[in-house]
Amino acid sequence: MLSYVARRGLQSLIALMGLLVLVFFLARLTGDPAYLYLPLDSTEAQRAAFNQLHGFDDPLIVQFLRYLGDILRLDFGMSLSRNLPAMQVALEAFPRTLQLAVVAMTLALSLSIVVGVLAAARPGGAFDRLGTTASLAGASAPDFWVAIVAILVFSVNLGLLPTSGTGSPLHWIMPIAVLTLRPFGLLTQVVRGTMLGVLTSPYVKTARAKGIARRKILFVHALRNAMLPVVTVAGDLAAGLVNGAVVVESIFGWPGIGKLMIDAIIRRDFALIQATVLVTAVAIFVLNIVIDLIYAALDPRISHQAG
Amino acid sequence: MTPEITLAPPKRKRAPSAPLLLLRDPMTALALGYLILIALVAILGPMFMADLAAKPNFRARNLAPFTLEQGWAFVLGADTLGRSLLARLVVAARTTLGIAVCAVMCSLVLGGLLGLVAGYGRGWLSAAILRVTDIVMSFPSLLLALIVLYSLGPSVLNLVIVLAVTRIPIYLRTTRAEVLEVRQRMFVSAAEALGASDTRIIFRHIAPIVIPTLLTIGAIDFATVVLAESSLSFLGLGVQAPAFTWGSMVATGRGYLANAWWIAFWPGLAILLTTLSLNILSSWWRTYSDPHQRWRLELPRGGRGTKEKRS
Repeated sequence: MLSYVARRGLQSLIALMGLLVLVFFLARLTGDPAYLYLPLDSTEAQRAAFNQLHGFDDPLIVQFLRYLGDILRLDFGMSLSRNLPAMQVALEAFPRTLQLAVVAMTLALSLSIVVGVLAAARPGGAFDRLGTTASLAGASAPDFWVAIVAILVFSVNLGLLPTSGTGSPLHWIMPIAVLTLRPFGLLTQVVRGTMLGVLTSPYVKTARAKGIARRKILFVHALRNAMLPVVTVAGDLAAGLVNGAVVVESIFGWPGIGKLMIDAIIRRDFALIQATVLVTAVAIFVLNIVIDLIYAALDPRISHQAG
Repeated sequence: MTPEITLAPPKRKRAPSAPLLLLRDPMTALALGYLILIALVAILGPMFMADLAAKPNFRARNLAPFTLEQGWAFVLGADTLGRSLLARLVVAARTTLGIAVCAVMCSLVLGGLLGLVAGYGRGWLSAAILRVTDIVMSFPSLLLALIVLYSLGPSVLNLVIVLAVTRIPIYLRTTRAEVLEVRQRMFVSAAEALGASDTRIIFRHIAPIVIPTLLTIGAIDFATVVLAESSLSFLGLGVQAPAFTWGSMVATGRGYLANAWWIAFWPGLAILLTTLSLNILSSWWRTYSDPHQRWRLELPRGGRGTKEKRS
């Protein structure tokens, strides 16, 4: 088990390096930050001095090697726009996104299991049709539009919920509801699909013949086997949740890592872009390894022994 | 002489064909109808409505929907410059769907080709391709697209490239998995034994088996690409004015939410209906192509419930 985690960690490290290289050079293609940070009437000499101060005048490869050296000393550079260490800014924003993501994912997972199982229990029935349509709509809805319509209805017209920001529990309702929508839709499809397959298998018939209660068959016997694909998809979706978080955070003014990253990109804040990408990527790699371990715990046939 | 006996083949009730089954399901039929309508609108509509979509009409500024006082073109209302929203939706349908079609085709072709190489080859090239795919897949696609678009500059071409690149891994992995399986089969070994070249084996023997799978994935993936393009355009890094898509229309309307909700509402609804229809169709197709589930569609009309329910 330990050697498995170590091997996966090494693979992730290689992927991480690739990502850092990619982001480093792409970020520097966006243009000269001096134009953004100095007044419009700044002279050529002032801009050159600015770039020299921040080391942007060196050849790219020198900048990159210096960046790698700094990372090894756990120095991730200063954020240009905030004048704070970039990693500190990123790590402050990260928990706020994590809170959103954890609540949304828990909600999506529990809702989709209940709806998916009940829909698969009577395929073609009224609840199945309703649940399937609702989950398809959830998977298809453009989240930015749902967020805007929610603001229109609940904040502008009804005045029930605040439009944006953080603070009271009321601020949580709309961001979480919008963020839950897509994972709920996709997971319900997966739960329903795998349950339909599992419910026709012989061991379920045996259980039914033994007179076990229908609810117990559904939620204990069948669900346990249907959970494997659900965990896989849930893992992919959890990583994809960052996509939703970018949109949701920028609409609802949620000061998480998604909004931070957009701001950093627009302000050509290279150090901050790299720090946010690093934090997000490490979180996703850790998540992937955890999911593999959960997978092994759910299915005894899968083992992560070396060899 | 014994009389020749001919046995009439037993009359078997043939299962209804795919189009018939599809039309029998009201939701699926509706979805198909909507998609055909949208496709026709995207192809033909801009010819008639392009001028109307660009023409400001100051008497119709922020005109509310469902009134005919400015003519039928303003039935969905008008934006802050008094341009007909219906006409703008029609014009945006072409850009939105056009970008998505191009992106899906690019990722399908590139992902398919790279997957053939990665699955057939054994050398460092296939290993390198897989590693790069891991990197692309390991990071949220929208963030990657944002960074790339901001550095390359937003334009339709760059948008297509970015959307295609973020979807390539899906086609690549599927193709590779299929190739690994297909190349073990007898006819490939036979072709190898006959001395066929690698390119011939790949393109004449393996590719025809892989392509139908890829097309199915492409159709399913189309909805995802439409959503991704809309999100990017909404965040301001998609197509730039004067061109517009449904996503950028929502972004424009966002500022006028309190006094003219319809500017942001209609284009979002158009996106939702399009992706929903695509997902309904692909969900139907999954049931239809799965031999264990297909009977659910072939049951006679009105008997869709389970046995327990009917007894």
